[in-house]
Amino acid sequence: MTRFFALIGAASFSALAFLGRLSFFAFDSLRHIVTPPFYGRAFGTALIQIGFLSLPVVGLTALFTGGALALQIYAGGARFSAEAAVPQIVAIGMVRELGPVLVGLMVAARVTSSIAAEIATMKVTEQIDALITLSTNPMKYLTAPRVLAATLVTPFLVAVGDTIGIMGGYIIGTERLGFASAAYLQNTVDFLEAKDIASSLVKGAVFGFIAALMGCFFGMNSDRGAMGVGRATKSAVVAASVLILAANFVLTEAFFSA
Amino acid sequence: MIHLSNVHKSFGSAAVLQGVTLDIEQGQSLVLIGASGSGKSVLLKCILGLETPDSGTITVDGKPANPPQFLDRFGMLFQGAALFDSLPVWENVAFRALQTGQERPMAKKRAIEKLDRVGLSAKVADQFPSDLSGGMRKRAGLARAIFSDPDIIFFDEPTTGLDPIRANTINTLIRGVVDEIGATTLTITHDLTSVDAIADKVAMLKDGKIIWQGVPDELRASSNPDVDAFVTGRAAP
Ligand SMILES: Nc1ncnc2c1ncn2[C@@H]1O[C@H](COP(=O)(O)OP(=O)(O)OP(=O)(O)O)[C@@H](O)[C@H]1O
Ligand SMILES: [Mg+2]
Repeated sequence: MTRFFALIGAASFSALAFLGRLSFFAFDSLRHIVTPPFYGRAFGTALIQIGFLSLPVVGLTALFTGGALALQIYAGGARFSAEAAVPQIVAIGMVRELGPVLVGLMVAARVTSSIAAEIATMKVTEQIDALITLSTNPMKYLTAPRVLAATLVTPFLVAVGDTIGIMGGYIIGTERLGFASAAYLQNTVDFLEAKDIASSLVKGAVFGFIAALMGCFFGMNSDRGAMGVGRATKSAVVAASVLILAANFVLTEAFFSA
Repeated sequence: MIHLSNVHKSFGSAAVLQGVTLDIEQGQSLVLIGASGSGKSVLLKCILGLETPDSGTITVDGKPANPPQFLDRFGMLFQGAALFDSLPVWENVAFRALQTGQERPMAKKRAIEKLDRVGLSAKVADQFPSDLSGGMRKRAGLARAIFSDPDIIFFDEPTTGLDPIRANTINTLIRGVVDEIGATTLTITHDLTSVDAIADKVAMLKDGKIIWQGVPDELRASSNPDVDAFVTGRAAP
């Protein structure tokens, strides 16, 4: 019995220690974002890698989801003669929840994994050590540009995702469900509030921050060898996904609970 | 100039360094030998401040080497070269200059000069590290280590994986930075030819301690069984 409590104690202790290291890492990366030197080239590369190159996957995900959402709302709404609400519910569903969450998870899949694998490989092959011996702080050179780029560019990805998602709903709505084109768009625009859009973009920034931070954190703390790189990548993606969903709940609560 | 006193370092239960005491004089070329896995690279990383010793002191010019504060004076060739995959070779070589704001064309010109010194053609400059052979990567790493003319340079197995002619070029280069620039160097090698070509002093690491020190000539004459084993390649009795 004491063994059992000792185990629980040890587990919660290491969980707390982990959270402590993670928050320290987060604050440290923020500190390095705001203090010079700044690595402009690394930041530019990160912007392209994280932002521009994520556009296709974000667009496709949003398009299919928006279309499926319209079909479901139409079918579900028909049970109590609420089919007409398709434009409004697609808009609100995409902008408030699905847009940011899907983009966040796609960024976690695409960006967190590649950041974690790259930095872990650098760690394992002593490139991080080499950076230090060349008087360059790895937190500044590797972490800061990636975290900053992801935080700034993910809201744009979310905006694109929201728009394309709504377009997906619009295409299904007008082509398959018999909505009039102008009325569908008018309904969407009238219904969305500034707060919906603001929450969407804020979520994007937070999710982008989490995604890049997890990639850097697990990469920098990778164990040695190819196994270490694999484990770091897996842990980074899992942690980023879970944290994004948890943060999404907290943010929804903060923005929309009455 | 570099002074190690009773340095200990363990990884978990594995005690790697168990009381290393060693002195490197200004302008001296020290060669560190010892069996594979004896902790030579770890010792280097302790001096560089990349690993923190569990106990003992390491000083450079009388000042503690940890936390790392001499990095601007240090050059380091890693055993695996540790080139940055994401940068072309010349940006690797000129990394320090680029970080301190030197113009790119100028930095590239200097990088090509250094590449030439280690026997790599200008063509290599624009290639990426993954396109190079192991020996070429090593030499590019060497060019990076000597790029900004540091006065203390560490070479971790500079000639491993090179053909005899290239190895000779590298030995001459290392001896050159000591003789011409007056740099202080610490070189790890398993190669007896290198020892003869570059060493002012040789130290042997075994069981976490420096068990033998002397000049290269004494190496061959030594009656120490471990030193004899290194020279003859026969396991110590
Ligand atoms: N970061 C680390 N974590 C755990 N063990 C380590 C670490 N770095 C080195 N070691 C261990 O320390 C020992 C000495 O390693 P080191 O790389 O210094 O050997 P070496 O003398 O340079 O050998 P070689 O001539 O083969 O390069 C090895 O047993 C190695 O497994
Ligand atoms: Mg070694």
